[in-house]
Amino acid sequence: MQTEELRLDGNAAGGVLRQVFAEDVTAALATCAGCGTSGLVGSLLEYGHGMGIVLRCPKCDSAVLRIARARGRLHVDLSGVRLLTIPERVSLA
Amino acid sequence: MSEAVVERVAAATPGPPRLEWQVATVVSVQQETPRARTLVLDVPQWPGHRAGQHVDVRLVAEDGYQAQRSYSIASAPAERTVALTVERLDDGEVSPYLCGVLQPADGVEVRGPIGGYFVWEVAQGGPLLLVAGGSGIVPLMAMLRHHARADVSARAAVPVRLLYSARTLDDVIYRAELEKLADPPQVEVVLTLTRDAPPAWSGYRRRVDRAMLEAVSWPSSAAPHVYVCGPTSLVESVATLLVDLGHEASRVRTERFGPTA
Repeated sequence: MQTEELRLDGNAAGGVLRQVFAEDVTAALATCAGCGTSGLVGSLLEYGHGMGIVLRCPKCDSAVLRIARARGRLHVDLSGVRLLTIPERVSLA
Repeated sequence: MSEAVVERVAAATPGPPRLEWQVATVVSVQQETPRARTLVLDVPQWPGHRAGQHVDVRLVAEDGYQAQRSYSIASAPAERTVALTVERLDDGEVSPYLCGVLQPADGVEVRGPIGGYFVWEVAQGGPLLLVAGGSGIVPLMAMLRHHARADVSARAAVPVRLLYSARTLDDVIYRAELEKLADPPQVEVVLTLTRDAPPAWSGYRRRVDRAMLEAVSWPSSAAPHVYVCGPTSLVESVATLLVDLGHEASRVRTERFGPTA
């Protein structure tokens, strides 16, 4: 099977991202540290497997965000994100 | 910090609950096609969802082995129960269980709703162009159901077109409901059958290509909101063609389902 066929959208990582962040960040804007392109986290390219996920920049293919799961811990590597801009939730109350 | 202060802070910021696994109960099951089945779930702590969102489903074996997959929500946000339509992948770890073994009154672990990217609300306006391949119709069906429940004026303000690629007519999920939406036309529904079509079939009989997208979609000047969902290869080819046709990439939202079965 081709690797390209296993590619998903960052949106597919929404569940594990909600374990890490207090907000849903799939609609947050991430600026790639590799090329400076900004895009929604949900539109990054997701490569996932049992051990975790890598979210890559659709422009330059740099790893923007990596989450690995090992021995009951989540390891979160954010070195590929220059800036994460998260919309503040509008209170419905 | 004293406990009283902690309590006040917590009360002042009514955030969403952490995303927790919970046990949902199967209310009913419905066979949609030979390979796809809808599970209607009662989820006790369900905060409501937006059309296009998904849930994670987790199965745990007796020896502790876990398998987890994401499934799109098919039901409209206004519905009280949560419907998932699952296509059986013969070599899958989770879908054969959801499609074959799970019965009403059984429990299944879910967490959700998840996702703020591949979502559409009537208030965003239109036109709305939906392109589905196979079971990629599922999150788009939630959008169509959401649209169908909107009041008449909101609905009239949002013309909707659906281009749906399936292998055969029998593989078309929600066929009766789509026929109802198309007559009288609340939604323009265009089917293309890629493997086998009935002799009298007058519709498309090929994979989605540039000419088909040009014929079915609005011109880029109409600036439709576009949602494309299905196997990764279909989604990437359709999204590339739409951008080539002049649609702004940021208005073309994608949900890749991975490899085809």
